[in-house]
Amino acid sequence: MTAAEDTRVAIPRPPTPTPAPMRTPDGPRRRRTPLTPYTLLLPAILILLLALGYPLVWQLVTSLQHFGLAQQFGKPADFVWFENYVTLFTDPYTWVVVGRSIAFCLVTAAVTVVIGIGMALLMNAVHKAIRIILQIALLLAWAMPVVAAMTVWNWLFDWRRGVVNYLLTAGGLDFQDHNWLQNPLSFFFVAMVIVTWMSVPFVAFSVYAGLTQVSSEVVEAAQMDGARGWQRLRYIILPIIRPVLGIVLLLQIIWDLRVFAQIKLLQDKGSIASETNLLGTYIYQLGVGSSDFAMASAVSVFVLLLTVALSWFYVRHLLKEDES
Amino acid sequence: MTVATSTRMPAVAGRRRPRSRRRIRTSRILLGALGIALALIWVFPVYWMMNSALLPNVILQNTTPTWLPFGGSWDNVIAVVQGGTFFPALGMSVAVALITVVCCLAFAFLAALAISRFRFRGRRAFVLAVLLIQMLPAEGLFIAQYKLMGTLGLLNTVVGVSILYIAAVVPFTIWMLRGFVAGIPVDLEEAAMVDGLSRTQAFLRITFPLLAPGLVASGVYAFLQAWNEFTVALVILPQSSSATLPLWLRGFVQQSASRATDWGQVMAASTLVAVPVIVFFLIVQGRMTSGLVSGAVKG
Repeated sequence: MTAAEDTRVAIPRPPTPTPAPMRTPDGPRRRRTPLTPYTLLLPAILILLLALGYPLVWQLVTSLQHFGLAQQFGKPADFVWFENYVTLFTDPYTWVVVGRSIAFCLVTAAVTVVIGIGMALLMNAVHKAIRIILQIALLLAWAMPVVAAMTVWNWLFDWRRGVVNYLLTAGGLDFQDHNWLQNPLSFFFVAMVIVTWMSVPFVAFSVYAGLTQVSSEVVEAAQMDGARGWQRLRYIILPIIRPVLGIVLLLQIIWDLRVFAQIKLLQDKGSIASETNLLGTYIYQLGVGSSDFAMASAVSVFVLLLTVALSWFYVRHLLKEDES
Repeated sequence: MTVATSTRMPAVAGRRRPRSRRRIRTSRILLGALGIALALIWVFPVYWMMNSALLPNVILQNTTPTWLPFGGSWDNVIAVVQGGTFFPALGMSVAVALITVVCCLAFAFLAALAISRFRFRGRRAFVLAVLLIQMLPAEGLFIAQYKLMGTLGLLNTVVGVSILYIAAVVPFTIWMLRGFVAGIPVDLEEAAMVDGLSRTQAFLRITFPLLAPGLVASGVYAFLQAWNEFTVALVILPQSSSATLPLWLRGFVQQSASRATDWGQVMAASTLVAVPVIVFFLIVQGRMTSGLVSGAVKG
């Protein structure tokens, strides 16, 4: 692992960490808690309050108001309480978008994690040279900025001169001038391919790091006891790396819920937005497109709640690490 | 990079019968071939971007793709750079990234110091807030942030977008630096203080140098986030004259699409955006993985 991990492991923190406070309270009035830590936190807290705290509150309030174009130009917004949420959740289109987002996110996360595990096992099994070649390829893909990656993939799937159509046609299938982005189903298939391509490297490296923790003695012992390849994987290796797998799957689900950039940049190529919207692009369309800030806020609040609910397990896991 | 000692299985294969050994060898060759094939698939888009960037458009018009590397013409790159919009966008991106990196490092460093060197009331709440905030998607807040920046008159400005980037990146940076600070034992500082240094001197001379790798890694992380960000920028910087590089690239593609898309130039533009990122990314990636799944990996 990295230097950071090594030092952290080599020098465990004392079990009861009571580091010396910066200043011993030698003044006339003794303070129970020194002010120093709060001073140190101040800049971070201020910027978080300004850039995230205020918008969050504004959004909560606005989602309870009627706030459209007229309010943009100064008309005071009137409170309608949960009317926006009622409108939102009685609109069948909302459920279409929500269902689509969740389906896309679950399928993509599952495909990504399965391929990632496969790659990690493969890295573990092949010759070192091949492993390094594979790792370099994955790193390069991982390093691509989203916008650049989307641009290249748009070129690869280009209906007239894209490589994908060329190869499929050369393979005997009729994909001459096939437009992948017109049909919503194949639009999401393309999106899934791209998002998977982007996310597999993280999964593969994380799982591979987990695999290196599996001691070879255990695996060899199992082998001598007659466990076949599949059994070794199922009963020895997977249980040992289960914590990593859980975290990685959770992160993929959370990340695949927020694919605004990918979907938006694919929509740019001329597909019908209403048929290909996921939650992120739907909010964008409501807020920036039709200036319905109240509804946009309501959907945003929903997305935030969904993310926090999903993130809770991950955050709890990290908190445990902080306390250890 | 993790180049750990291998835990490969065929170590005990020697005792097997020759036939089974041959089977293991063929299966290893097959696995190797699979590995190479996957490597080619994953690297292909990156290769294709650079390859197309260096091919003249006349060749790209062909129905048969030109597979072999690098036609060796820099015309596309030159045309893109001389187009007149690249340098303003580059300047914008550099300014935003620099402000984000500097402020982020300063704020996150102080906060990391607070949470790893002090026990105080509200510490747990702060750590929890930091961890939750870093999970929030930009899509969930960008409309409200757009209104905020509109009210402050900071739409289409470097300052406006930087404020949002700092807030978005600072939580994870705090978390990353916390690991580094916690890895440096307090005893080291205390020993230096016994030797007569003041608390501040001990910190500057002992702890700070040990933190340098952590600061570099966090700085590169912040840089990458600011450099690549698209979602918030799209909302906060609607004017094309204030576009950062990702927005510029998108605008370039759209502009080019109104004629027949000049893929050579578009790919040259992508390459220009991607290359600095790839370089920085290769420096920092090990730390990013370990920060995200740390704890889980070490059991």
